[in-house]
Order: sequence, then structure tokens, then C-alpha cells
Amino acid sequence: MTQEDVLSLNGPILETREVTLRFGGLEALNSLSISVEPHRIVSMIGPNGAGKTTLLNAITGVNLPDDGDILFRGQSILGLKPFEITALGVNRTFQQTQLFSNMTVLRNVMVGMHPRTKSGFLGGVLHLPGERREEKKIKERAETLLERFELLPKADWMASHISIAEQRRLEIARAMAGEPATLLLDEPAAGLNIRETEVMGDLILRLKGEGQTVILVEHNMHLVMGISDWVIVLHHGSKIGEGRPEEVQRDNRVVEAYLGT
Amino acid sequence: MYALIIFGLPLFLRNNYHLMVLNVAALNIIVVIGLNLLMGYAGQISLGHAAFFGLGAYLSGVLTTTYGFPIWPTVILALVVTGIVAYAIGIPTLKLEGHYLVMATLGFNVIVYIVMIQLDAVTGGPSGFAGIPHFRIGDFVFNSDRKIYYLFWGISILVLLLSLNLITSRVGRAMAALSHNEIAAKCAGVDTEKYKINIFVISAVLASLAGSLYAHYITFISPGTFSFFYSLQVVTMVLVGGMGSLWGSIFGTVLLTLLPELLHAVKDYNVLIQGLILTGVLVFFPEGLFPGILEAWRKRRVVVHKRSVSPGREP
Repeated sequence: MTQEDVLSLNGPILETREVTLRFGGLEALNSLSISVEPHRIVSMIGPNGAGKTTLLNAITGVNLPDDGDILFRGQSILGLKPFEITALGVNRTFQQTQLFSNMTVLRNVMVGMHPRTKSGFLGGVLHLPGERREEKKIKERAETLLERFELLPKADWMASHISIAEQRRLEIARAMAGEPATLLLDEPAAGLNIRETEVMGDLILRLKGEGQTVILVEHNMHLVMGISDWVIVLHHGSKIGEGRPEEVQRDNRVVEAYLGT
Repeated sequence: MYALIIFGLPLFLRNNYHLMVLNVAALNIIVVIGLNLLMGYAGQISLGHAAFFGLGAYLSGVLTTTYGFPIWPTVILALVVTGIVAYAIGIPTLKLEGHYLVMATLGFNVIVYIVMIQLDAVTGGPSGFAGIPHFRIGDFVFNSDRKIYYLFWGISILVLLLSLNLITSRVGRAMAALSHNEIAAKCAGVDTEKYKINIFVISAVLASLAGSLYAHYITFISPGTFSFFYSLQVVTMVLVGGMGSLWGSIFGTVLLTLLPELLHAVKDYNVLIQGLILTGVLVFFPEGLFPGILEAWRKRRVVVHKRSVSPGREP
């Protein structure tokens, strides 16, 4: 076993070290350090503008931090491009669902398998036997995923024509198609009703049960407190508290900043 | 069915001029399919495809005629050179977000055009370059419009089939993803920069192929053919046929290649009528004529049969 394997087993799977990110004069992230243990659901909460989504953007390489370091399995991923970070095993969803709206539900998930497959231009142009085999495998795996996310009956629908709850699930299915080691969910319950939010909570718990590490950004406190193993509270780009859900709920600073008086 | 129409058509055409127009249409199809891959699948526009077309034509024309190079290998050489040139243009422009490629290709087209005119010791300048040899396989010389018809349409069908293969593959899926939503494609693990550059190179290489075929068919080339106006023409063909629809590209290209010929009768109003038709298409079928007509046809069928087809389903 190499040193990295030991690290990935024992240490945090994802870490940010004093990450600072500015948009002009605004410090969206202010020397922020967080640490995520594997196989947990770690939630970020905080008022609007606290830097939650910016943090996800920094981790996935969409925004480059001005300072600090980001480590995945003990290795710095700072400066890597989004597709390289995805290939390493960090997949995400978006606050406003970013589906390929003119594609079918099935094809959306098939795109998600891109980093785990390898057919190139030549294979594609000539439909070589290897490419055909891989395509068949991709389709089968995509259908299996859709079944797990209860979307199989809608496989041939356009992604833009399914309900919001289904779009949220589809985005997670597409992210899972990349076989991530860490799954980043940006407000997966936004726009969902109470019943749908419950289903979403069960779904995330089920993923964790299968060993998935989940980083969750969410405003719905009921959901966050119900399923998280660890909660990190952000305010103005800084961490103002963290702990188990019940600890965070008792923390006065947190209550003041976020939960209101 | 499509192949049957194409290969049966010459039997009914006695007029060589008609064949020639169709041969040019076949070449345009090759260029337009390549451009549609770029516009419909990489979300980028090139206004310099005439330059790549011209590069293919002049490279294989000049090298075979002046320097006695063998024809077929020279065509391949022209493809490679054009590919390298396109790569050199694509690397700096496609790494930037936004439509820098339009500017770069537009500029490139103008430069190539000027070089063709000014470098008259090599290219023959504005009066053109003549005496290019015909294609031949062994003793069989492609010297009539009819022989060329089968060669060109054979190649254009091959290009269509291979392109259809491409867009239904893993690579095609990634291309479609990046043209729909680039940020989502990146985060799904697609190297969008690499794909954009590759598609641009493929697109330029197809234009170069058409250019080489053109040179050895007409046997005379002059700069006028490769001006910016041809670049605009092929972009229009993609738009009329429908971005992202390869079958539409065939439709749009044949329509716009034949239209000026059909409008010879009205001479002076030719350009006016063409303009009206184009405007009409873009106003009434913004997604392109071919997809537009398909959609209208489908709606009609739904109404006629009173059959409820779920609105979200793909055809």
C-alpha cells in the first residue's frame, strides 16, 4: 500500500487550506480551511453570499483561488481544469440545474460517463468494434443509473420536459455516472416541495450508505440537520463554526448569524 | 433511398451543365457538413472556410501542375497542411471564451485571398491558375461531368455517413454537450478546449478536401472563388439547413446551390429573391428549414391522427 492509499483511507478526502478568493474588492472566501472525511455527508450552511457556492466553484476548478491550497486525497488540485478535477473523482451538481436540455434524459447520463470511457474520434467516425462495445456498456450503465434514480420511464424524454424534482435527480445521476469519490451537491432541494425534499434526503442517505462522500450546500435546515454527519457554517467567506448537527444548532454565533434570533 | 436517388439521377440528366451544378453541390455539401459540425456541435462560427477550401485547391493545383507531384498523395498532403494551419489558428482563439474564432478566420480568409492575388509567380495572381490535371485511377481519367458526378457524390455520401457516425458516438455526445452547455460539459469531465480545436481542424480539413476535388475537376482556379463571399455562402447554407442537422445541411446546400440557377430566368431580381427567401427562412424557421419542415410535418400528423404523443419525446 502506498502512502497515498493510506492517506486516502485515514485522512480527509478533501481539504481546503486557507483558501482566499476575491471578486474585485469582495472577498468571497476569506482564508477558509475545511476538511471532509470520507463516507460522510458534510453540509455547508450560511446566509446568501456566505461563499458556499464559491467554495464549490473553487474546488471544481471553475473559479481559481487567489491564495491557499485545495487537496484531494492528499494531492493539490489547485490550478487543474474542471474536466481534470472531474476525472480525478470530484463531481458536482449546480444550484440552478445545468442539464443538456436538448438531449434526452438517457443521453445526459451517458455524457456523465465521459471521463470513465475512452473511445476517440477515429473509433467514433468508423464505429469500430471496440467503440460499439463501449457504447453498449455506456448505455446499459446509464439505464442502470436511471433505474436507481427512478428516472428510467423518462429515459427518452427531453431533459427540459421533466419536472424540477426529476431534473434535480437527473443531475445527480449524471454526476454519479462519472463514478465520483466526492459528490458535491449545490442546493439539491431548491424548488422542491416537502414531499420531494424528503425523497431527496432519502436518496442522499442511500448514496452515503453505498459509501459515497457527499458535500452538501443547502438552505433547507430540516434536510441539513436530518441527514448530515458534520455541518460547517460559513459567514462572509469565513468559517464561523462547525460540528455535529445538534452542536451547531446550539452554537450561539451560528444562531445569531444564520438561524436568526 | 437517398443513395438510390443520387445514383439514379444522372440517368435522367442529359445536360452536362446540370451535372456540373450538381457536382458543385456535392463539393459544397462536404464543406457545409464540416462547417455544421463546427457550428452545430462546437458552438463556434468560422467565416474563413473559403480560405481552407482555397488552400486545398491551390496546394494540390500548384504542386501537381508546377512541380509534378502525384495527384492523390498531394490531396492528402493538402489536407495535412490545412489541418496544421487550422490548428495554429484554433489554439490561441478557441482557448478564449467567446467568439474570437469568427474574427481570426475572417482575417485569415482576407490574408489568404491577398496572398493568392499577390503571389502571382506561384498562383497566377488574379488571372488564375490553369492546366491542373484531372483525377485518374490507373488509365481511368475522371474527365467528364458524369464520371466526376459519381466520384464526388460518392465522397460526399461517405463524408455524411462518417459524420453521422461521429455525432452518435461518445465524442459526438461530448461535442453536443459542450455546444449546449459548456460549463456543465466541463464539470461532467469533457475537455471542451480539446474538442473545440479538434472539430475546427476536422472542419477545415473537409473544406480543404472539397477544394482539392474542385481544382482537379474544373482544372482552373482563380482567387475570386475563394473570397470571403463563399465563406458567407456556406455559413448561410448551414443556417438554412439547420445547425446541428446534418441531413438539413444536404437539404440547405442543394437548395442554395440550385436556387441561383433556377432564378436565372428572372435575372435582375435574382439577388432580391434569394435575399427574400433567406430572410423568410430565418424568420419562419429559425432552427433551419429542414428541422422546421420536419417539425411542422410531425405536428400535422399528430393533429390528423388525434394521437397524443408525449411532448418531450425525441423523434
